[in-house]
Amino acid sequence: MLGKSKRLLVLPLYAVLSAGLPALAWASEWPLNMTEGVTSISRQVHGLHMQIFWWCVAIGVVVFGVMFYTMFVHRKSRGVKPAHFHENVALELTWTIIPILILVAMAVPATKTLVHIYDTEDADLDILITGYQWKWKYEYLDENGDNISFFSLLSTPRSQIENAEAKSPEYLLEVDEPVYIPIGKKVRFLVTAADVIHSWWVPALAVKRDAIPGYIHEAWTKVEQPGVFRGQCTELCGKDHGFMPVVVHAVEQAEFDAWLEGKREKARQIAEAVKQTLTFQELYDQGEAVYQKNCAACHQPDGKGIPGTFPAIIRSPIATGPVAGHINRVVNGGAGMPPFGEQLTPVEIAAVVTFQRNAFGNNMGDQIQPIDVVNFKQGQ
Amino acid sequence: MAHGPAKGLTRWLYTTNHKDIGSMYLWFSFAMFFLGGIFALVIRAELFEPGLQIVQPEFFNQMTTMHGLVMVFGAVMPAFVGLANWMVPMMIGAPDMALPRMNNLSFWILPFAFAMLASTLFMEGGGPNFGWTFYAPLSTTYAPPSVTFFIFAIHIMGASSIMGAINIIATILNMRAPGMTLMKMPLFVWTWLITAYLLIAVMPVLAGAVTMMLMDIHFGTSFFDAAGGGDPVLFQHVFWFFGHPEVYIMILPAFGVVSAIIPTFARKPLFGYSSMVYATAAIAILSFMVWAHHMFTVGLPFIGEWVFMIATMAIAVPTGVKVFNWVTTMYKGALTFETPMLFSIAFVILFTIGGFSGLMLAIAPADFQYHDTYFVVAHFHYVLVPGAIFSITAAVYYWLPKWCGRMYDEVLGKTHFWLAFIGLNLTFFPMHFSGLAGMPRRIPDYNPLFANWNMLSSVGAFLFGAAQVLFLYIVIRAIVSGRKATDQVWEGAHGLEWTVPSPAPYHTFTTPPKVD
Amino acid sequence: MEKGTRKTVLRLALSAVLMFVAVFTIMPPLYTLLCEVTGLRKVGGAYEAEEIKVDAERWVNVQFVATHNDAMPWEFRPMTYKVKVNPGQKTVIKYFAKNNTDRPMVAQAVPSITPFSAVNYFHKIECFCFNHQPLEGGESAELGLEFVVDQDLPKQVTTITLSYTLFDITEQAKPGLAQLN
Repeated sequence: MLGKSKRLLVLPLYAVLSAGLPALAWASEWPLNMTEGVTSISRQVHGLHMQIFWWCVAIGVVVFGVMFYTMFVHRKSRGVKPAHFHENVALELTWTIIPILILVAMAVPATKTLVHIYDTEDADLDILITGYQWKWKYEYLDENGDNISFFSLLSTPRSQIENAEAKSPEYLLEVDEPVYIPIGKKVRFLVTAADVIHSWWVPALAVKRDAIPGYIHEAWTKVEQPGVFRGQCTELCGKDHGFMPVVVHAVEQAEFDAWLEGKREKARQIAEAVKQTLTFQELYDQGEAVYQKNCAACHQPDGKGIPGTFPAIIRSPIATGPVAGHINRVVNGGAGMPPFGEQLTPVEIAAVVTFQRNAFGNNMGDQIQPIDVVNFKQGQ
Repeated sequence: MAHGPAKGLTRWLYTTNHKDIGSMYLWFSFAMFFLGGIFALVIRAELFEPGLQIVQPEFFNQMTTMHGLVMVFGAVMPAFVGLANWMVPMMIGAPDMALPRMNNLSFWILPFAFAMLASTLFMEGGGPNFGWTFYAPLSTTYAPPSVTFFIFAIHIMGASSIMGAINIIATILNMRAPGMTLMKMPLFVWTWLITAYLLIAVMPVLAGAVTMMLMDIHFGTSFFDAAGGGDPVLFQHVFWFFGHPEVYIMILPAFGVVSAIIPTFARKPLFGYSSMVYATAAIAILSFMVWAHHMFTVGLPFIGEWVFMIATMAIAVPTGVKVFNWVTTMYKGALTFETPMLFSIAFVILFTIGGFSGLMLAIAPADFQYHDTYFVVAHFHYVLVPGAIFSITAAVYYWLPKWCGRMYDEVLGKTHFWLAFIGLNLTFFPMHFSGLAGMPRRIPDYNPLFANWNMLSSVGAFLFGAAQVLFLYIVIRAIVSGRKATDQVWEGAHGLEWTVPSPAPYHTFTTPPKVD
Repeated sequence: MEKGTRKTVLRLALSAVLMFVAVFTIMPPLYTLLCEVTGLRKVGGAYEAEEIKVDAERWVNVQFVATHNDAMPWEFRPMTYKVKVNPGQKTVIKYFAKNNTDRPMVAQAVPSITPFSAVNYFHKIECFCFNHQPLEGGESAELGLEFVVDQDLPKQVTTITLSYTLFDITEQAKPGLAQLN
């Protein structure tokens, strides 16, 4: 009976722990419950979760209580003679009606929260989120079209994933470009996808929205306190589904404005940077970094690809063919590869093309400057 | 008229005998159970620690997909069809299934379907890697080339299931012994009758879904492609219109098994027989109206979200009636705890826990946090493993003496039970916690925050796997050298199947028995 | 077969057929009803322009966004990002599209509207999304959209977002391409 009584022990234990005992030291290693989060929706959801949980515990105590009582008392080995009753209409009606009442009691607050979630009041900030295999793109919508947009990729180094290095606490939950939102403001997320279905989830905001190619759906949040909130893609989207996290920085309005201005400034710098000429080594080194971050997921860190799915870079007809064709493939994509023209700056494209043409024994010897990429794009 | 089975391999190839076909179904599902189990252990081995150790993400996704497909279509469904083949004719006093040749066909196409499915793992580009729910466009535009073989395999499995279901309905409706009215049938027969109707209703829907996929992939249609006016969400609607009744297909016969075993070892008739029948029917009907609760985060209109939430919560009522009936059946009985009873009691407790988490998942706003996390994985494994797998195991222990005329070893049986019980809870209970803490499902690697629970789950999974190897040994040992069983086998057993000798002769009830 | 048996078989077969006919007759309208009640059915296509009164008292924001699907290298963006309109008032806006490649391509824009409660009240009178959009390599075009917001738009909706996702359908639309050349 030890195994079954274990169950009876675990449930109240879990209940007590999650009911608000001060966070124990080991709670960070043995997390038990859903986060309360930092928005009114997430608190309501947490409340619903605890409420239905306690109903389940109560029902469980009654049902399993009767069951264990009968298992201990009504044993043949104790010389019990079996009774022969096999129906009782009143009893059966009771246990049909009581659950219905409990369900109604649950449905009322659940409906209220649902109404809250579906609120369509105007937002202070609209962010268009697009899911890609395997990264997120954020676009801050501006009335005048002065949109800020960037991609957000996993920044955990391969060495940690392959266990060559110790894992950081933010392992797989860190990105190069987090999405910033101001606190105390209503932020509306417009969620869509560019290839397969993804799902954008941040537990602390209780926002989970499927990103569906061709369709747009919305969700909103109003974060009450500053902080960094992490989440992940929650819809299987292919090979690196486990490697496309979401990181939200909720900050004061002033800090948010400064960040936004910084982004605009950076966009101007990128436009400037295309005019410079880089040395082969500069291009190669930067290209290697860009490759490992953007290309290695499919073409593999060693350039060998995955036969049948992702072609190799080594001796590939594109990386060893005409330069224009190579730039074209990176900028415009094709043959199943997504276009990177928007995602990478001309400097990065020039660098990664130079790298691919000279690394992995390709040794083409040529180098491509940012201005070549700009000219290619304009010449189209 | 009385003659024995043919000799050699042709006995099994050409057989139209319901007992032979039932045995083949059961052995086949046992083999698939181990195959799916190996896939599961690959998953658990990779998830033992954070970081990538054993397999690459690409192969990991193939493992999660194949594990789901093999367990659902290869292990659980054929096992229940096998039980139906063996037991339904014997329970209603029929000499055989109504359509014996179709019975043979519906079994023998299965090995080909699964050989084809398994062979995709060795194809270029790998096997199906889009999850057992195969959402478009991941399973269409972005699928590996082997997807066509996957589609064909699903078609064959569907054809097999539909034939099996037609056979069962025909048998139950036409071949009952004189006096065996519908409301006198054992509950296992009732639940299978309702399950068979569910199968006929939804397997064509699944076939339709995969056919539309096939057309999208090869013939330029765009059912699920927004570019041509289609809708990827349509796929999910169609899939879950099949998928939700499908989960009841996997659980209703389990209700029947448990409703046969508990009265036997409580030595007391089943409480509320007719309400059990009505509750089963109610669950089956409701199962057609709740499919979108798998899609709460997909972006449904408010009213859609609300209706599906309420309908889903309503399922708790008939399901609750069943649980209360089983508990009341035990109440004031004279209980003994042989292995089948242990598995049945564990079924009631653990299935109820799975039901609780199901109720939590039904609350649409809360589902925004649970959806596609390990909490969902914990939920459906709590209903499917103690639900389907434990009830099948209980059924095997319960009826094995009737099938082969020999008893299993009670000590080993109980050992098997406790290993499986502990292994199961160790595997799946921590998943509630890792899910609530924020771990998405179907990921090959995770943050160290989830590490402890995952390590426990992995340890539990290997324990559970080892317990099933013991099960195989117990079954073989019973067949080869078990103690002779009596005809009655169990003191408290009632029903026509216990009136025939043990082992059951090759042909039973060639003259129908009289039922009062 | 005995006469009695034959009768039973006939009756059973007939009732089975009747049952299936009944199911197939009853179920589609029932599910249509369910889909309508739950709002699962999406409404699209051109709007039959009818005379409706302009509600000058009420203003609704209409926001336009653009997404590229996967390997779609075109430049594609709205030329107006946000307009304020009165329900009932016809409005025309434009999207800009440019084929950045050196080969002729055909695109299809797929519209999507959020929030849900606005879907049935946003009417497209004329839309580039009704047709395939073929463009030569390097060619650009301004694509027009004429729409009207229904006066019956639920009061709580103050912003409607219209998104277009541009898909590359060059492969599927070979005939259209031939026309272009």
